[in-house]
Amino acid sequence: MLSPLGLILIKDEDAMSSEIVKAEDIEKSFGGIKVLDRVSMAVSAGEICCLAGENGCGKSTLIKVISGVYPHDGGRIELNGREYQRLGPIDSIREGIQVIYQDFSLFPNLTVAENLALNDQVESGRSLVSWGRVRRIARESLAMIGIDMDIDKTVGELPVSSKQLVAIARAVYCNARLIIMDEPTTTLTQKEIESLFSLIRGLREKGISTLFVSHKIREMLDITEKITIMRNGRVVVSGYTRDFDEIKITQAMTGREISGDRFRWSGNTGEPPLLRTEKLGRSGAFQGIDLTLRRGEIVGVTGLLGSGRTELALALFGKGPSDEGRIFRNDREIVIKSIQDAIANGIAYVPEDRLTEGLFLEQSIERNLFANIYRKFINSVGLLDFRKVRAAASEKARQYGVTAPDISLPVRSLSGGNQQRVVLARWMSTGADVLILNGPTVGVDVGSKFEIHKKLREITESGVGILIFSDDIQELIMNCNRIMIIHKGSFTNEFRSDTLRESDLIDCLNASR
Amino acid sequence: MKGGLGKLVRSENNLFQLTIITVCTFALMCWLLPGTFLTVRNFRSMSFQFPELGILSIAMMLAMLTGGIDLSLVGIANLASILVALSFVKLMPPGSSSGVVIAFMAGAVLLAILAGSLCGLLNGFLISKFNVPPILATLGSMQLYTGIAIVITKGAAVIGFPPQYSVIGNGSVGIFSIPLIIFISLLAVFAVLLRKTNYGINLYLIGANMKAAIFAGIKTDKALMISYMVGGCLAGLAGLVMSSRTNGAKADYGTSYILQSILVSVLGGVKPSGGSGNVAGILIAVLALQFLSSGFSMLRFSNFAKEFVWGCFLLAIMIINYFTSERNKT
Repeated sequence: MLSPLGLILIKDEDAMSSEIVKAEDIEKSFGGIKVLDRVSMAVSAGEICCLAGENGCGKSTLIKVISGVYPHDGGRIELNGREYQRLGPIDSIREGIQVIYQDFSLFPNLTVAENLALNDQVESGRSLVSWGRVRRIARESLAMIGIDMDIDKTVGELPVSSKQLVAIARAVYCNARLIIMDEPTTTLTQKEIESLFSLIRGLREKGISTLFVSHKIREMLDITEKITIMRNGRVVVSGYTRDFDEIKITQAMTGREISGDRFRWSGNTGEPPLLRTEKLGRSGAFQGIDLTLRRGEIVGVTGLLGSGRTELALALFGKGPSDEGRIFRNDREIVIKSIQDAIANGIAYVPEDRLTEGLFLEQSIERNLFANIYRKFINSVGLLDFRKVRAAASEKARQYGVTAPDISLPVRSLSGGNQQRVVLARWMSTGADVLILNGPTVGVDVGSKFEIHKKLREITESGVGILIFSDDIQELIMNCNRIMIIHKGSFTNEFRSDTLRESDLIDCLNASR
Repeated sequence: MKGGLGKLVRSENNLFQLTIITVCTFALMCWLLPGTFLTVRNFRSMSFQFPELGILSIAMMLAMLTGGIDLSLVGIANLASILVALSFVKLMPPGSSSGVVIAFMAGAVLLAILAGSLCGLLNGFLISKFNVPPILATLGSMQLYTGIAIVITKGAAVIGFPPQYSVIGNGSVGIFSIPLIIFISLLAVFAVLLRKTNYGINLYLIGANMKAAIFAGIKTDKALMISYMVGGCLAGLAGLVMSSRTNGAKADYGTSYILQSILVSVLGGVKPSGGSGNVAGILIAVLALQFLSSGFSMLRFSNFAKEFVWGCFLLAIMIINYFTSERNKT
């Protein structure tokens, strides 16, 4: 059998100059709406490129056209120099194009070995499974990307970063010449992102190109050589990464200038704090947490995955409550044993995964806005007054900048940023003055991210205190006045963000590992 | 008003289709059975038949709204009607005055509601506190309730209701049969409950996304418990109507109602995955089914053939729903 690695190495020399993908003037419409308007881009062998743009700019559609999922309406597609009139998914795979979607398309119930060998098993059309062969393929494919992993582990039990490695190994084993990664760093910690990047650089040495689909600007600047930025279905700008900087990219992506002021807190430390914990702990998750949140403050909490970060956020909201220590609101001791306790004490929580934990996708925007406060609209006979509900919902949507033609539409029809605004608006309507956000801008594009941050700062002006649990270092530095580092369930450092440099925080995080 | 109607049709696309199907069924039966289908007599007899299925379907919808199902409804209805029957047979002295009979009847209604609610509460308890999947919890409790009913009756029908009792299932006020009046009032109550109360909206939200509902601070356990309890209570009422109409109570009466009530709910636009459905859909779907059922009887279909048709019908609707939702996605 020909080793796929060998194949790539042989092709290496002449491949460096050739273009794996060359798309010219691609057009694509859905139901009369032009999603791609004369879009051109090219990726050459051994290049690391980035396709950037806000949600809904057409970048996912372009990926689907290149990978043969959607047929293109107009323009030319060349893969490895061969033009395709009608490109199918099989053609694209045969030409060595592999897409790793955000969910990795792995089988969580199967082992690493089975996941890696499945393609071969299906392709070879064998009806019997040779376990020796399965294990050999699995070891070979992991060796190709230089990773060591227990191949008998069930994929569902692996951390996200390892799942991603399995997906990459599988792609490389399938003779990939170009690996397209859709938002690969969204759920990774800083450390994991770095090892992913070094892996990608390693692939480049072997002549395998990578196309990032991303909206994380810092990462683009870190890893890529070429950047193509899309907006509203068009390529706005395209060129070598060395000619770009953060501001230029942001402007190109959003079409407007975004200011970069750090958040400053100018409150009074003499007042009793909104929320204070004393030696708060939950066995197996975190311990000895002393946290103080004052009126108008935005405090960030960050730590690696598994540091107890999410557990702490949840415990403060009564889910998986703490089992030792004390919690005070305005110096009065309170007990939080359930979500209802937390809500009754004016604590609001915007969950990490808005799709599974935050939103009712098929339900209307209005119901999503008011899910937990409908009782506020009960009239004298105990029934809901829908005229009032409707008016209040429209007002809320406007106030939080949710752009939707009609609030009776399902929330599924909104963009990621708008969905996040709906969740935020819901929680602020409960009248809470402690707002806990877990990963507030995960999967949200730059423009919406900025709007959400602006909204958060606005909220603090009314005296609300905000806790942000996040691993987006830049987000924390820009928007928090204090940042706590959590490691193995305890706070290890506290930073004031006004003088803090990003690299200090990253060093501190990595040192704790 | 016209704009409102147009909006309703657009937002309840399914309801609109369903209405057309119902009207077509009706027209078809009128055409196939001239002179027998479109008669006052047939309509009177239908108005006694479908309300019990209708009541059970409301209960089924309630369970399916939250993404569950309640297979024990007919079991509950039969158990409740047997308890009511026994209370008349064993406790009421023969030859009682009409005052005593009326008091006993009021007691019977309470007993049916109470027994139904308790059975439903057990379902809700299993589902919310022990996380038993609804389909298994209610499959088990269906056997439990039916088993109890068989043990206390030894499988025989219990008869011996006072004549006054049969008014519930066979009487009428003006041109409206009493079962129909009961059904329509329940429809009205549940329309208000589901559309205009906090609790009703919570049920939709729980069905749409349980996890998000928990995070939104909705007391999901309590809400589920109540919904199954209310479902059981409705089943108790259905049992009352059934036993009164047939003048007897039996452990294995009306078992095909379970499939039919699921059919009505699904036909009426209740998604088995939860989160959508409304009372109007139930009303129209139950009518469509009754038109078909009466028509089949007049065309001399056997009961077995009917059950076969219901099964096919249910599967066909699920397949059609699959295609319409696929179409809506793109």
